[in-house]
Amino acid sequence: MAFQYVLDQFVSLFVGGLVFGSVYALIALGYTMVYGVLQLINFAHSEVFMFGTFATVWALWLVGADATTAGVALVASLAVAMLIAMITSGGVALLLERVAYRPLLNRGAPRLIALISAIGASFVLSELMGLRGALASALGVDDVLGRYVARSRENLGLPTDRTFTVQFEVLGYGVTNKDIIIVLAALLMMIAADQFIRRTRLGRGIRAVAQDPESASLMGVNSTRVIQLTFLIGGLLAGAAATLYMLQVGLTRYNAGFLLGVKAFTAAVLGGIGNLRGALVGGLVLGVAESLGSGLFGSEWRHVVAFVLLVVILLFRPTGLLGESLGKARA
Amino acid sequence: MSQTTSAPPRRSRRDLLGGLRRRLSGMPRWAQFLLMVAIALLCYVLPLLEPPIISTPGTDFGGVLFTVSVYVLVAVGLNIVVGYAGLLDLGYVGFYAIGAYTVGVLTAQHATWPWLLSLPVALVVTMVSGVLLGWPTLRVRGDYLAIVTLGFGEIVRLTLINSEWLGAARGIRPIPSPPSLPLFEVPHLDWSTGVPLVDFSDTTTFIEFGVTDPIPFYWLALTLIILVLLADKRIKDSRVGRAWEATREDEDAAELMGVPTFRFKLLAFAIGAFVGGIAGSLFATRQTFINPESFTLLISILFLSAVVVGGQGNRWGAVIGAVVVAYLPERFRGFEQWRVLVFGLALMLLAIYRPQGLLPPRRTVRAQRMEAETEALEVGEEPEDAVIAAGGPTPDDAAPTDEGSSRG
Repeated sequence: MAFQYVLDQFVSLFVGGLVFGSVYALIALGYTMVYGVLQLINFAHSEVFMFGTFATVWALWLVGADATTAGVALVASLAVAMLIAMITSGGVALLLERVAYRPLLNRGAPRLIALISAIGASFVLSELMGLRGALASALGVDDVLGRYVARSRENLGLPTDRTFTVQFEVLGYGVTNKDIIIVLAALLMMIAADQFIRRTRLGRGIRAVAQDPESASLMGVNSTRVIQLTFLIGGLLAGAAATLYMLQVGLTRYNAGFLLGVKAFTAAVLGGIGNLRGALVGGLVLGVAESLGSGLFGSEWRHVVAFVLLVVILLFRPTGLLGESLGKARA
Repeated sequence: MSQTTSAPPRRSRRDLLGGLRRRLSGMPRWAQFLLMVAIALLCYVLPLLEPPIISTPGTDFGGVLFTVSVYVLVAVGLNIVVGYAGLLDLGYVGFYAIGAYTVGVLTAQHATWPWLLSLPVALVVTMVSGVLLGWPTLRVRGDYLAIVTLGFGEIVRLTLINSEWLGAARGIRPIPSPPSLPLFEVPHLDWSTGVPLVDFSDTTTFIEFGVTDPIPFYWLALTLIILVLLADKRIKDSRVGRAWEATREDEDAAELMGVPTFRFKLLAFAIGAFVGGIAGSLFATRQTFINPESFTLLISILFLSAVVVGGQGNRWGAVIGAVVVAYLPERFRGFEQWRVLVFGLALMLLAIYRPQGLLPPRRTVRAQRMEAETEALEVGEEPEDAVIAAGGPTPDDAAPTDEGSSRG
């Protein structure tokens, strides 16, 4: 145990935790919204995120950003990359809903089988990404796609420069512009989602279906639409999270979604699944706790800290920190 | 109504397995018993027969059968937790790992016990770990339980990786084999010419547990499976089994009827862990070395898929599901890089076309049929046709049969 180390590095660990926590929270929103509406663990949401990370890198290649890009050009190309990542992830999420869930809902399948379908979809999505080289050569287009499909099982790195300038210092730790961008962007996006659910007509539809699907449809809410919308919002946020994650970590891989997905779902449960603000709280708490824990016990215990925290919190608050469902959120 | 009109083709598929079951239960008891014995014997000689089509080209058929039998054992154990008691457990691999590692620690890492002596200790340790996990966590319901158990599985694996005492990422080796008793040699069949020939140059020693020949391990696993299945039947048909079922369908109602639900859930956890421990110990002794890589969350998910694919709540369903999940990827090793993709697609298709699993429990089938009949009477159609629409028209109508395992 390294108490002194944690005390010395407290700000650094805390900020690092906040940064990771905001990424967790953004992904967790996707889990929590789908859960709120369908009572379904959308196991394939992690792959929606993974597609976003790849879209980020490819978009940067497309706009020609590389390690020399700087200043306004860099900001612009990152913004474009985030937009493309959001569109990609949103699209994948919609596809997922259409292919893996709607056929089941129409047949009134038992709930666990929907989880199996989600697991299947998750395998399919991550393998499609991992096999993109083989697929392209089977179709004879591998020369055209070139580096987009090369070494499809390997890590893929962010092409832009990842040294960041220190903006200001807090107790000896330099907070970089990257830290600020990630936390602010995640917060903004989450506030937007929260307000959308609380204030708009479509958001009211989502809450109505979450509360009581049958009454909602009797009141004229198109529940299929609402479910689609839920998946779409989750996907968009996961895409944004993907770009922020790439800024922070810089590497992705066809199976990179798995661990992030587990963590984000943990965050959602921690805050109270089905609860939007819970996802935010859960994500930040998880990120900070795991960061401080890794300082205390050594970085190899990082994930253990996260899961032990989850178990302990659920023991004392069996429905999560804020434990309130999407349907019960006040307008 | 589109469901009822498009129904006939689905019905014939359902009847393939269902009809077989009806014919089976119509047979006299002695005939059922003889059939079971015949099937069991066939399973025992399967690795010696190496029948074409079924046998796996490229990989050792005996080894594949052993892997399949470990999955079967795990699926039967997990079926008690998920299928009977309705507790969604995503961390079952934790118990499997604890079983394997207890054997590893006692026989190789910190002591040199014989395997047979370490087995009961491993089983006790896994059972205790089941109780220790269940005691605090079983108060949490539904999907929260799923995520807590998932956390438990990951904690076990990460602890194994990080703990030097348990061999860290290198794992533990060499784990000894069970004691051998070489009695006689059994020849294999050779199909290379198209007709089966007895091949005396390729034999398996009965019973010698060696590194080269996995078949005796398979026999051992098969024997344990039969014992576990017998015990499973006795428990399911007893008061305990009924208590589990009541708890699964409606926990509050069960509690009101005087079922101490917590105690029975804990029992389900402990028994499930016990069976997982058996599977883990077998796995350890066959592999001769274990490391944390073999106990990932993905394996947990495969275990759960086996139970759900087969039809949760039915022990034969769990067996079939495990065979599907473990055997198919091995059979199609030729398509190495595509097999995970195909497995994922298969899971999705199965979820859509066979949502109750390949072999759903009899009671579910019966309840569905009655429901469909009522439904058909209400809309004034032939009840016969409606049987097929038995996915349950809406989730709410299906509620009594819905394996409400994750009801919050």
